[in-house]
Amino acid sequence: MERIPILKMGKFLLVSIQVDMDDRTAMNLQDDLTAQIVKHRAKAVLIDISSLDVVDSFIGRMLANTAAMARILDAETVVVGMQPSVAITLVELGLSLKGVRSALNVERGMEMLRGIAEDAPEEPTDDGDEK
Amino acid sequence: MSDTTAALLRRHEDEIVREWVRLQQQDLSMRNNLLKTGELEQQCREFLAAFVAALESGSTDLNAPAWSTARDLLANVSRSRARQGFTPTETATFIFSLKQPIADVLRREVKPEQLADELWNLTRILDTLGLYTTDTYQKGREEIISRQQQELLELSTPVVELWEGVLALPLIGTLDSARTQVVMESLLQAIVDTGSEIAIIDITGVPVVDTLVAQHLLKTVAAARLMGADCIISGIRPQIAQTIVHLGVEINDVTTKATLADAFAIALNRLGLTVARKKAV
Repeated sequence: MERIPILKMGKFLLVSIQVDMDDRTAMNLQDDLTAQIVKHRAKAVLIDISSLDVVDSFIGRMLANTAAMARILDAETVVVGMQPSVAITLVELGLSLKGVRSALNVERGMEMLRGIAEDAPEEPTDDGDEK
Repeated sequence: MSDTTAALLRRHEDEIVREWVRLQQQDLSMRNNLLKTGELEQQCREFLAAFVAALESGSTDLNAPAWSTARDLLANVSRSRARQGFTPTETATFIFSLKQPIADVLRREVKPEQLADELWNLTRILDTLGLYTTDTYQKGREEIISRQQQELLELSTPVVELWEGVLALPLIGTLDSARTQVVMESLLQAIVDTGSEIAIIDITGVPVVDTLVAQHLLKTVAAARLMGADCIISGIRPQIAQTIVHLGVEINDVTTKATLADAFAIALNRLGLTVARKKAV
């Protein structure tokens, strides 16, 4: 069974989808991602879908749902590198991914993440407890 | 029949061509500027030779290989005439005016009891050729139309880069579903290729905005947004603003500007750029 790796970088999680997503893989990703967000107390998630050529309504909904779940767990979602054909399909399906930020490529996406991290107020308990 | 007739026609080839060309020039007196006499005579001579050769084969089926030379010649003639702007009648005249000189020759040379049969046979063949001419003419015209449609489609959707990171898409003409699809794809592809974050869709040249067009525009904006680029719609004329409101189309979450200049200013502003006057030295 394929699992999509989730990388942790500071307060961000990086997900790069490099394989054709089937429904099972998508559900696993959703489970793993929510678990990781909680575990690492991530502030933001970056999902790179630049090698995704085809989406169906399920994957589209999965993306939207994942973003909504991340929001509840206090993490922003940035989707980067969406292909034109994918964008057109999602719009035709009526999925405009409200609440999901998007960026043209990973570089811009990282800039956006840093912006999010700066905006987020520092939690006083974060450093205090460990000292 | 064909042997004797073909031989007869071959013997009188020069006479027939001369008469044929004369008749056509009479009919096409207005078109002399489009067709040179030499060219016309050459076309006639070539076709008559092919026609007689096909008759000699004895076949009356125009799809037979024996007729292929004659058919190709005819197709070329009618296609080139379609391109030059001849009417269908004028194009068909090419083949139909051949009847007269051939009938003249036959009437003179063939015995009266055979004449009716020979004429009937020739008339049938020439009529079929005439129909074929018209078909080819029509096809030629259709090719022209579809090519122009394609050109129009390509011409009408240029995506231009106004600044590094700012694309503009000046839309001109009525938007239908097919065009919008092309517009959408070329804009999104350009966004990927140039890595632009801002795209300005200028609808100054769009005469009418109905619900469908508005829907298409909003879809394009939504797709660009999904990819991480922002769209600004500019060039909204007063009537169009009124129409949009009357139609109840919701475009609240899209930035709209009256002119392309305003939209460009906003775009530069978002990129953190300013335009300043050069200091006078």
